[in-house]
Amino acid sequence: MKKNKIKIHKLRCKSCGICVSFCPKKVLAQDESQRLYVLDPSECIGCNICSQVCPDFAIEVIQENEEN
Amino acid sequence: MQGEQYLNPKRIPTIWCPGCGNGIVVHAMMTALDKLSVPSEDVIFVSGIGCSSRTATYAACDNIHTLHGRALPVATAIKLVRPDKKVIVMSGDGDSLAIGGNHLIHAARRNIDLTLIIFNNSIYGMTGGQVSPLTPSGKRGTTAPYGSIEEQFDTVKLLEGAGASYIARSGVSFFQPTVKYMKNAVSHNGFAVVEVITQCPIYYGRMNKHKSPAEMMQWQKENMVSLEKAEKMTEEERSSKILMGEFVCKEKPSYIEKRASMFKELCK
Ligand SMILES: Cc1ncc(C[n+]2csc(CCOP(=O)(O)OP(=O)(O)O)c2C)c(N)n1
Ligand code: SF4
Ligand code: SF4
Ligand code: SF4
Repeated sequence: MKKNKIKIHKLRCKSCGICVSFCPKKVLAQDESQRLYVLDPSECIGCNICSQVCPDFAIEVIQENEEN
Repeated sequence: MQGEQYLNPKRIPTIWCPGCGNGIVVHAMMTALDKLSVPSEDVIFVSGIGCSSRTATYAACDNIHTLHGRALPVATAIKLVRPDKKVIVMSGDGDSLAIGGNHLIHAARRNIDLTLIIFNNSIYGMTGGQVSPLTPSGKRGTTAPYGSIEEQFDTVKLLEGAGASYIARSGVSFFQPTVKYMKNAVSHNGFAVVEVITQCPIYYGRMNKHKSPAEMMQWQKENMVSLEKAEKMTEEERSSKILMGEFVCKEKPSYIEKRASMFKELCK
């Protein structure tokens, strides 16, 4: 089964919300203090849009084959 | 991240405001270089002054941060002594079309082998939101609080008239096409320009009632159309859209090639 790992570089992220707005599957969200978090990783389709719209090189999606 | 090797990690995060589109343009360029497998020691980034011009200092390649508007003459000099290097100029709309406008038309006229990326955020970001030659008519800036009464330049027409041999336009909401145009521009023989429309949420966004950086990027999705799509539209539908794509791509002897053949001739 395929599993995508969403990696947020916390020290780079500026909480602009662009990736949240562009993710087609609503995988990403921001908390009350605008901090970015992954809402539901199982919904991620690995389209990489979040990484392409991020202005701060702060999010990447690594497509992995789950072992066993 | 693809292209990470061209970034200087010691200088990240950037000084850019949250949601500023500049980083997307940089990401696209680094991705294009990675796809072309250009070694970082073969690239020289040149910038003028402005928010977007900070780009040069974020690259893990040779780079020079010059004077406002003067990136192209410096880049021209570098290319003349090191024709083996990829010389890439990263410049704002004010930097390249206002104060640097004269250098721009002459770089195009010479068809000198440089890549120029114009970060079109429609405004002077660094100095506080003054209007630029690319501020659309009617839009606001701190020097045009009731809306600009000037007409903006059409970068494509201007550069085509001046002689550039590769001209493309894209926007930060269209990552893949932007990477493709940048790849083609970097590989092109002669003066190659990619104008990338990007957002300055702090000045342009606030003054023109855009709600957020994300909304500014969604605006691009609705208002920019590819040349192929535009062909199927009526004149009226097209007039309200910003066209994107590769407008000019022609083979024409470049300055460096002409100089090389002249030297060869003279040394016979
Ligand atoms: C000779 C000179 N004139 C004026 C300035 C002030 N100045 C610095 S950046 C800038 C404009 C920046 O706008 P742009 O090139 O569009 O870049 P942005 O900041 O929007 O990325 C100006 C007028 C300067 N640094 N040097
Ligand atoms: S890869 Fe696509 S689906 Fe997954 S988080 Fe990023 S934008 Fe959302
Ligand atoms: S787009 Fe980038 S900087 Fe903005 S919230 Fe998402 S990860 Fe953070
Ligand atoms: S002022 Fe505008 S262009 Fe400059 S960093 Fe901030 S958002 Fe970007």
